[in-house]
Amino acid sequence: MKLLKTLTATTALCAAGSMAGAQDMVDDMTLVSWGGAYQQSQINAYAEPYMEMNSEVSITWDESSNEAVAKLRAMNEAGNITWDLVDVVAADALRLCDEGLAMEVDHDEVLAPAPDGTDASDDFGDLIVSDCFIPQIVYSTTFGYRTDMVPEGADAPSDICDVFDTETYPGKRSLEQRPINNMEWALLCDGVPKDEIYDVLATDEGQDQALAKLETIKDDVIWWSAGADTPQLLADGEVFMGSTYNGRLFSAIEEQGQPIAMMWDAQVFDLDGWIIPTGLSEERLARVKDFVYFATDTQRLADQAAYISYGPARASSAPLVGTHAELGIEMGPHMPTAPANSDNIFVYNYEFWADYRDDIDAKFQAWLAQ
Amino acid sequence: MSDSTDTGPVLAADGSPLKQSLARALRREKMRALALIAPLLFFVVLTFIIPILSMLFRSVENQIVSDTMPGTVAAIQDWDTGGGEAPDELVFQHLFIDLFNASEAKEHTKLGTRLNYEQTGLSSLFRTSGRRLDDIGETFQDPLEEIDPAFEEADFWYSMMNGEGGEGLLEERRDMWNAQVGGGMDGDVGFVPSQSMIDLLPWTTTAYTDWAIWAAIEDEDVVAEEEPWEAVYGALGIDLRNPETVAAIADYDGPGAEQLQAAVANMDQLPQTSFREAFAEMDEDWLDPEVWDTIAVYSPRFTSGYFLTAVDMKLSAEGVTAQPEDRQLYIKLFNRTLFMSLVITGSCILLGYPVAWLLANLPLRTANVLMILVLLPFWTSLLVRTSAWKVLLQQQGVINEILVWLGFVDDANRLILMNNQTGTIIAMTHILLPFMILPLYSVMKTIDPSYLRAAKSLGATNIVAFWRVYFPQSVPGIGAGSILVFILSIGYYITPEIVGGTDGVFISNRIAYHISSSLNWGLAAALGSILLVVVLVLYWLYDRIVGIDNVKLGG
Repeated sequence: MKLLKTLTATTALCAAGSMAGAQDMVDDMTLVSWGGAYQQSQINAYAEPYMEMNSEVSITWDESSNEAVAKLRAMNEAGNITWDLVDVVAADALRLCDEGLAMEVDHDEVLAPAPDGTDASDDFGDLIVSDCFIPQIVYSTTFGYRTDMVPEGADAPSDICDVFDTETYPGKRSLEQRPINNMEWALLCDGVPKDEIYDVLATDEGQDQALAKLETIKDDVIWWSAGADTPQLLADGEVFMGSTYNGRLFSAIEEQGQPIAMMWDAQVFDLDGWIIPTGLSEERLARVKDFVYFATDTQRLADQAAYISYGPARASSAPLVGTHAELGIEMGPHMPTAPANSDNIFVYNYEFWADYRDDIDAKFQAWLAQ
Repeated sequence: MSDSTDTGPVLAADGSPLKQSLARALRREKMRALALIAPLLFFVVLTFIIPILSMLFRSVENQIVSDTMPGTVAAIQDWDTGGGEAPDELVFQHLFIDLFNASEAKEHTKLGTRLNYEQTGLSSLFRTSGRRLDDIGETFQDPLEEIDPAFEEADFWYSMMNGEGGEGLLEERRDMWNAQVGGGMDGDVGFVPSQSMIDLLPWTTTAYTDWAIWAAIEDEDVVAEEEPWEAVYGALGIDLRNPETVAAIADYDGPGAEQLQAAVANMDQLPQTSFREAFAEMDEDWLDPEVWDTIAVYSPRFTSGYFLTAVDMKLSAEGVTAQPEDRQLYIKLFNRTLFMSLVITGSCILLGYPVAWLLANLPLRTANVLMILVLLPFWTSLLVRTSAWKVLLQQQGVINEILVWLGFVDDANRLILMNNQTGTIIAMTHILLPFMILPLYSVMKTIDPSYLRAAKSLGATNIVAFWRVYFPQSVPGIGAGSILVFILSIGYYITPEIVGGTDGVFISNRIAYHISSSLNWGLAAALGSILLVVVLVLYWLYDRIVGIDNVKLGG
């Protein structure tokens, strides 16, 4: 209940507006993110405006989100938490929450309401997948392909099952070196109805079925482990098609002008957002909360979409999404959530993978090593 | 000298026996040497040996199960593991109390994660059950408060539970909390359970004590002013189901007697379902005997489970069994790691030996230039070198382009040089080459060229002179280089990760995965320990066969 008291005290002060400054806050923060274009979009949309308003604040960025869970656990064991706010995918937020490494927050108290007064928890809606998770963006894992490598006489690939069709579309594919997403796509293309996929995947036979389907293209797959791999492989012409995060493909297509096109079919929605580590001192916590309150409000989330093609997590931000800051193109149609792109989607099944991740991964890795 | 008459001990100048005096001097020397290395020794032990040992210790450590569910683990000992039946009511009663405490402390999800490594589904079983334990408690709390409103009053509970004689229970439960949350639960609770209550309502008093410690230390509340949490009502429900307790309540006349008797009189208003049924209703997996097998098998404080998993075995209710074939991975990876490290070491010898020979025998000026060429890549970042290999080796990469241009390779059948074992071997051979060349060079530098001239002047051909005279003298360099390269490559991680694809990765890539991604540090530690032991055994073998004295890093 100590926690709750701090929470209420902080928010009471925040709500009092100018009073917020009166509370003791530290002036430097360490934020953890993914580096690259994504981190830059956060710097542009959140950090710089915040530092303009609070000139005494300095922000250090650490590009460690990739291994945030392991590092936070190590910091926690060492009793020295050096991070103030960590950007992680929702699945990691769930695990950090389970491990007691991330702080539970009351979203309505810590986050700003929508401009029309809607509570934050309603504005974010279902995207609050864990009590510790403060959503920022919706991104998707989807396929891109080389437009100049489409075989003559064939249509451009537009169906997820084209990935498994090496007859019509010869050439290498790049897939992520983990079972998540790949198993779902394989089952879908093996004729399993979409709403039964997780029931099937929960059984040994279903897992074997998915691996058998993947086996049909195993020789044509280059497995990636970093989000930058597929855009590079596509740009070098090493693969014909490959899965990666939609923002990476956007950047390869629009910003670098590569001959690549998106294939949105069966894209998998996932979430990315902040967590606050447990064990921060009150002064640090006060600063982090002040920052998060600002950085996740409706306008800030919409601003971020001007730099990267990830959808803001607030319902109220969607109408505010404008044009790309440098290219000047409308960002709306490039969002994974745009109606034209989201005919056929998956949503990352957090509960399922939290349970089955270790088990299926063991099987998947053994299959890969065969 | 045989006629010498002096048979007594030889004396030193100060009159003490020489032997003693010498020993003292030697001891002083040793102490001085020890004092000189003491800072380093201290540093190494503190920052290297202790952390490594503690990391290795994780490979057998399994306290979390018994620390989080002490009562359940104790109660399950009598249960027939592997008998195909979920345990009986008593175990579920303990489970209710344990899990309730754990979920208040947010420890139940950690336990779920731990057990999920052994059995799929336990993660969400613990997570969702933890959220709903309040409901089970409330099914007792609501009717009790209906029977007598005093049950919702902090005063009532405090005056009934507080007393004397229960210090033992208080400390016992404090230890339970400390084990569960890793310490920090010391301090004044402002409450001591009364011995008469421990005798009368053992479950309730224990649950109330658990709550009191948590409320006083963690929430910084005053115990006497707060209503206890739901588990206490559930515990009272457990007590009231015991006929002996019911009989004792009839004779009881201490504080709260009236309310307790009212509760007994209105027993029919309390839920009649067992805790076993309540848990089954929450999630039917609680009646799955396999879930309980897993909990029982992994309840000891130390486990061989991680090591067994690391060698493709499994610890289960039936004992130690082999993993099903479609899950066997680690033995294959260990073999591959050893085999590929040997190949890499071999190719380093083949490529490094001539270079080292040139370095040792060319005129100084040319040799220096050559040396810089060897050292320059050595000073370049590992990541840069590996990425450069990626550019060279890929199918649209430099090597393939040149081969296609020269017409050696058909455009449609470009060589697959990376994302397989070939890629790992090529890149790692290049990266580890300096570790072979430098020791070889420093040994060859000391081989006197006149030996070769002498051999030739005695009639040996070039080959015989090299093989019989030069080569044996360079063997210590090969030994040193091989040990360096082999041991470094066994633990290599970044290069296989980038160019190794799926069949070119090493065991260290799996260790890294378990450290940073699956968070199964126990398994990572077990894999790491095995790797360490393998290296030590190979070192020992090397010492037996070649002799470690024959290894020279220089001079």
